[in-house]
Amino acid sequence: MPAPDPALLAKKAQIVRALQRLVPGEGVVGDPAGLVPFQSDGLSAYRQTPLAVVLPETTAQVSAVLAWCQENGVKVVPRGAGTSLSGGALPLQDGVVLGMAKFNRILEVDYANRCAVVQPGVTNLAITGAVEADGFYYAPDPSSQVACTIGGNVAENSGGVHCLKYGLTTNNLLGCEIVLMSGEVVRLGGKGFDAAGYDLLGVVTGSEGLLGVVTEVTVRLLTKPQTARAMLLGFGSVEAAGATVGDVIAAGVIPAGLEMMDRPAILAAEAFVGAGYPTDAEALLIVELDGPEAECAELSAQVAELARARGATTVRTSESEAERLAFWAGRKAAFPAVGRISPDYYCMDGTIPRRQLPHVLTQITQMGLEYGLGVANVFHAGDGNLHPLILYDADKPGQLEAAEAFGADILKLCVAVGGVLTGEHGVGVEKRDLMGEMFNETDLACQQRVKCAFDPDLLLNPGKVFPRLHRCAELGRVHVHRGAVAFPELPRF
Amino acid sequence: MLDLAVETLRPKSATEVVGLVAEAGAAGRALEIVGGGTKRRVGGGAGGDALLSLAGLSKVIDYAPEELVLTAQAGVKLSVLEKLVAAEGQMLPFEPPHLVKLLGAKGQPTLGGTLAANLSGPRRIRAGAARDHFLGFEAVTGRGELVKAGGRVVKNVTGYDLCKLMAGSWGTLAVLTEVTIKVLPAPRTELTILLFGLDDRQAGEAMTLALNAPAEVSGAAHLPPAAAGRPPLKGELAVTAIRLEGFAASVAARAESLVTALRAFGRAELIDAEHSREFWAQVREVQAFQKDARPLWRISVPPAAGWRVAEALGGEAFYDWGGGLVWLLSQAEPAALRAAVRELGGHATLYRGEGSAFEPLEGPLARLTARVKAAFDPGGVLNPGRTMGA
Repeated sequence: MPAPDPALLAKKAQIVRALQRLVPGEGVVGDPAGLVPFQSDGLSAYRQTPLAVVLPETTAQVSAVLAWCQENGVKVVPRGAGTSLSGGALPLQDGVVLGMAKFNRILEVDYANRCAVVQPGVTNLAITGAVEADGFYYAPDPSSQVACTIGGNVAENSGGVHCLKYGLTTNNLLGCEIVLMSGEVVRLGGKGFDAAGYDLLGVVTGSEGLLGVVTEVTVRLLTKPQTARAMLLGFGSVEAAGATVGDVIAAGVIPAGLEMMDRPAILAAEAFVGAGYPTDAEALLIVELDGPEAECAELSAQVAELARARGATTVRTSESEAERLAFWAGRKAAFPAVGRISPDYYCMDGTIPRRQLPHVLTQITQMGLEYGLGVANVFHAGDGNLHPLILYDADKPGQLEAAEAFGADILKLCVAVGGVLTGEHGVGVEKRDLMGEMFNETDLACQQRVKCAFDPDLLLNPGKVFPRLHRCAELGRVHVHRGAVAFPELPRF
Repeated sequence: MLDLAVETLRPKSATEVVGLVAEAGAAGRALEIVGGGTKRRVGGGAGGDALLSLAGLSKVIDYAPEELVLTAQAGVKLSVLEKLVAAEGQMLPFEPPHLVKLLGAKGQPTLGGTLAANLSGPRRIRAGAARDHFLGFEAVTGRGELVKAGGRVVKNVTGYDLCKLMAGSWGTLAVLTEVTIKVLPAPRTELTILLFGLDDRQAGEAMTLALNAPAEVSGAAHLPPAAAGRPPLKGELAVTAIRLEGFAASVAARAESLVTALRAFGRAELIDAEHSREFWAQVREVQAFQKDARPLWRISVPPAAGWRVAEALGGEAFYDWGGGLVWLLSQAEPAALRAAVRELGGHATLYRGEGSAFEPLEGPLARLTARVKAAFDPGGVLNPGRTMGA
């Protein structure tokens, strides 16, 4: 992380007082005890006490706080519910955490335009909760959906088990309001499709809190499918399960969810929730089909046939909603289940071309042996998003470091086989130093110039995503021809 | 066809594109970027001292149907890709319109041009836009630098999602040289439910009802009597159309429940897959408005406000995207038209006619837009005639 500025640390009392003037009442936390809950997010191996936490309630307050911080050179780390798995909300010692939890209202539900306008602190699940009685839902469903906020989902472009068919956050947004570090308020998109100008909504989505602070979000609502059925398909090998996934997609079927678990993950989940998973299987597929009853019936029969043709040892289709939920229970509890068999685990997140799955899993197993650490794999098999859970014990010297090195090796492998560093958890601080595996200096400079367009002083969430901070002036050098720059009216930095 | 009046540069590789852009930048010359050149007239042209044609970069680099991913050079023709994926039972999910006849152009649109314009067809309401299927790219910025972003897998949040920024930037930020898109299995069958004689408001209500039913509607369009009376339909009544796609049993079940739900809107007629495909190709290409001298506007509004566009502005309308996309033939004064559309929560793009194509932006958004442009193309080398709102 960037080295803390001693001058700012020394001015803590002044900064807290200034923020209190902007956000009166209980809007500022400055005492050491009060700051403890904000020290880390879902990547709890990293901890840092911030200078202060500010909890605004209105866009005007967010704007005032950011403008003041920009003027005074104070860094700001935005935070939703703090469930990031890549350290996106990790505080800075000399920075202010901007907590958006008080923005917790659903402002409007507009069924005629199939959208809802919500504040960023509303939880993902609460959006569906507000509209499900009317037959609608919000599609992206990250596993943390009971806690994570929609503002954080926008920042991280969160996914979930249903994003194979229904897309990530970015595919389910219509608009948002953001506040720039300058304090300027900008509305991007609205209730219509494809806003005017550049698709800045698309760039802000997944920008990990580096470009602006989201103060309002307009999400698309979908109509709930008439029925949904889940299938459990057990296989004697990862290869057979992987081949079945390919066959299902080749048959023109895009399931609502298509998950794979390897044997360690199956055993951990079964021991935890007793979902009825086949404990003799080397790989388990959970396939969810949704739509009209006729479609679910036809497609589940087809999927069962494809699975049997690949030698599936277990083929079960849910007969009731309770059974469907039971099939999912093990998968949804996979992380805590692994938490029961190991003192600590480290959840990785990379994406690979699906055809590389058997090769990658074999390699991961091999690496685990070399590092002396166990690993369980859950996998969004439909879209190639891998979540290896590395098992370690933080109390044993060197194990955390070994787990991190193992994780980095897995991600390098993902890139080497044609994949990417992160499918849905973001880069944050966790994978920052691996960005060079995917992008060269020119690529990274191009991305950082986008940052400069939004936040020229690099005060918003610095130290995340990019391995090296370049001053914007240095990135912005323009070749000048004969002393004249074309389009002199364009701003430069 | 490309202009013969100005020089046309025809690079054969990304490296050559780098050289040409850098050279133009150093010489203070601007380039007009073209793929097939079919959208050159939008907004009265992109300007430039020379044309940079991507036609020589037309190879398909990798297509793995089972991975749902296709990588190609930006100059590949859409028609080539459409054939290629159809042979594997797949499709470009965003159903890109070609608009060659609508724009009075010749030649064929390319994948790069389609993505740069973020052009999506009727299925946009269900499957998403071009930008939603744009996974990765390699491009040459106005600085003459070759950059890559995104990836070749369907799920990726590594770094800023610059694909979104490229989609709809109309070649003003960078010259796309290679792109990766997501493809999907093509529906096994389709059918379309037609309703007749509805006025724009009733049609809007019928489309909303259909889109809000659990029927997975993949097209919802309305042709008022004037548009429906033109070729190719030449009907006497307004036509409202609802498309269903998928597996046969599912389509039949959804059609049955939807026809029942739409009873209040009068007699419904079902057309089969072949006729349905023909109908939606006409909608996608805005065929009814191909021959008309009036300025043509492409207006995006909240879908439920679609019917109000013609009411507020007059002119002749044609509705797609459940009312969210309005094609409007109108001689209204552009500033007044844009103001009325903004009032409805939308924006307007001038597709055919003289004048600036894009919605002017104001305040902090305009300044931010200008800074984004400067980040990629500080010298204004690329498509100088196209100003994206600032």
